[in-house]
Amino acid sequence: MSVTVDKRPPGRPQAARPAKGARAGRPHAAWALPGVLFFAFFAIVPMALALYLSFTEWDGLSDPKPVGLANWQKLLDDPRLTQSLWLTVLLTVCSWAFQTVVALLLGVWAAGPQRNRAVLSAIFFVPLVLSSAAIALLFYALLDPNFGVIRTGILGSSSGAFLAIVFVGGWQFIPLHTLIYQGGARQIPAVLYQAATVDGAGRYRQFFSITLPQLRHTMTTSSVMMIAGSLTYFETVLLLTRGGPGTDTAILPYLMYEAGFESYDFGYASAIASFLVIAATGLSLLLVRLTGFGGMRSTREGM
Amino acid sequence: MSHTTLPRPAKTAESAGPPRETPRRRHWSRRPNPVAGLGATLWLLVVLIPIYAMLSASLTPQEQALTENPLRPPTNPTLDNYNTVLDSGFGHLLANTVITAVAVVGIVLVLSVPLAYVAVRTRSRWSGAAFRLFLLGVAIPAQAVVVPLYLLISKLGLYDTLPAVILPTAAFAMPVSVLILTGTLRDISEELYEAMALDGASPLRMLLQLTVPLAKGGISTVVIYSALQAWNGFLFPLIFTQSDGPRVLTLGLFNYVSQFGVNIPALLASVVLSGIPIFVVYLLARRALVSGLMGVGGK
Repeated sequence: MSVTVDKRPPGRPQAARPAKGARAGRPHAAWALPGVLFFAFFAIVPMALALYLSFTEWDGLSDPKPVGLANWQKLLDDPRLTQSLWLTVLLTVCSWAFQTVVALLLGVWAAGPQRNRAVLSAIFFVPLVLSSAAIALLFYALLDPNFGVIRTGILGSSSGAFLAIVFVGGWQFIPLHTLIYQGGARQIPAVLYQAATVDGAGRYRQFFSITLPQLRHTMTTSSVMMIAGSLTYFETVLLLTRGGPGTDTAILPYLMYEAGFESYDFGYASAIASFLVIAATGLSLLLVRLTGFGGMRSTREGM
Repeated sequence: MSHTTLPRPAKTAESAGPPRETPRRRHWSRRPNPVAGLGATLWLLVVLIPIYAMLSASLTPQEQALTENPLRPPTNPTLDNYNTVLDSGFGHLLANTVITAVAVVGIVLVLSVPLAYVAVRTRSRWSGAAFRLFLLGVAIPAQAVVVPLYLLISKLGLYDTLPAVILPTAAFAMPVSVLILTGTLRDISEELYEAMALDGASPLRMLLQLTVPLAKGGISTVVIYSALQAWNGFLFPLIFTQSDGPRVLTLGLFNYVSQFGVNIPALLASVVLSGIPIFVVYLLARRALVSGLMGVGGK
């Protein structure tokens, strides 16, 4: 791959137009090609393939057989679809609210002047050294009703299992978002607080009138990450609840996994996957539109 | 000529992390805030209690695991559980994970740095389109493509090998990496490029001597981000590998659930062991890791 990068450019631009200073030394767009092709092959092509497979019946071994709209018909008639859609939305909203509130408060606090803050920040960091699978396993081992360390019945009730997933997700991701908010809060110019203090604004007034508005970009970024991330709670669900009790925590990706890799109905799994892609793309277009995330301008302007 | 690139090293410091303004603010505004302190302590307990229970249970002999109070220190601590885990191929799992992480980081850097460079430095329609493609890619969940990828991987003859995990993981780490890098690269001033262009530097030379050194902050964030993606990856290993040979750590943990069955202390010991490598990295390179992670949030 790197060979393409090395061979392509030398000499070309300055030979072409040496006179125009502003345009000289621009790389050729072909430099981007290896990366684009690589990503397209492993992400875009499979998406198209998923759409194709959703119109077939395929057990993973023989060749896929076209069956028209049967899988989509089945999907729309599947009561688990409505349930898991609703679950996915609820999980996203609850996780977002839980993580944003805690991470925002902790991050702002950790950016402040307390002396013991460094030690505490180090401890807050600990969940970050564990992988999602390890964290899900940790809570499985703690909460399992029969052999767990604490042996509660939490995972046996549907609301308990759902809350456990929200909590475990928060336990895992809040440290990262705390760091992000801490970084954002440190960049707020101290002058703003000094001026506010002179004007007699109290601590809470300062928080709502300075800290929160100044953190809005940070909040956008962190929220986009959280929302995109909550589509990936698959590990937590698989390891902690296996979609249970019943199908009460079977979020969309879990439903797909079950259809494909446990029931070997890959055509149906592809229909669910295509649906997931459509939902995720819609969501990301919406987020990009609403927030201007990743716009073509420098965010450091005016700082 | 390469010296023309040096006049403004301050730029790197700026993009590498938050400006060091804290000391000055310290004297000023805030007295300690008891409510916030209380909240922080509360969260501290939320973090520490599971970790404490994990450590304590992992040191408890298996026979006593069900009778012991999890919040009391184990009465006769033992390392047996850790030995059980280490004897069941833990080192092999760890090696596979490290190989995966290194390969993913390498691929992501080699492919996404030129991409971000083009996205920032050329005004062509194609580069804009490529950039938007990656922007959309941020939201595509890996789960959505895992079935067709399974087909592709088997057709390529990669099923049950490490590359079957490495290649898709790298591909799915690219969108965020490209976003982070374009953000950093955009902050490098145009005059520096013009100065180098006057000296007759080729775009490749500019990339290597100007862009890469000045984008260190963004690049280290990408390294940390993609290494963590590989470290955390579970779905791709679960579906694209099967045998012991290419098994990575996360999947190994999953298999311990059935292997150890009700031996919860051993299971927890494996969780502890899996966290040690990153914890060591954290101890050795705390500053780089923390500022890199802060950078994942950008800005």
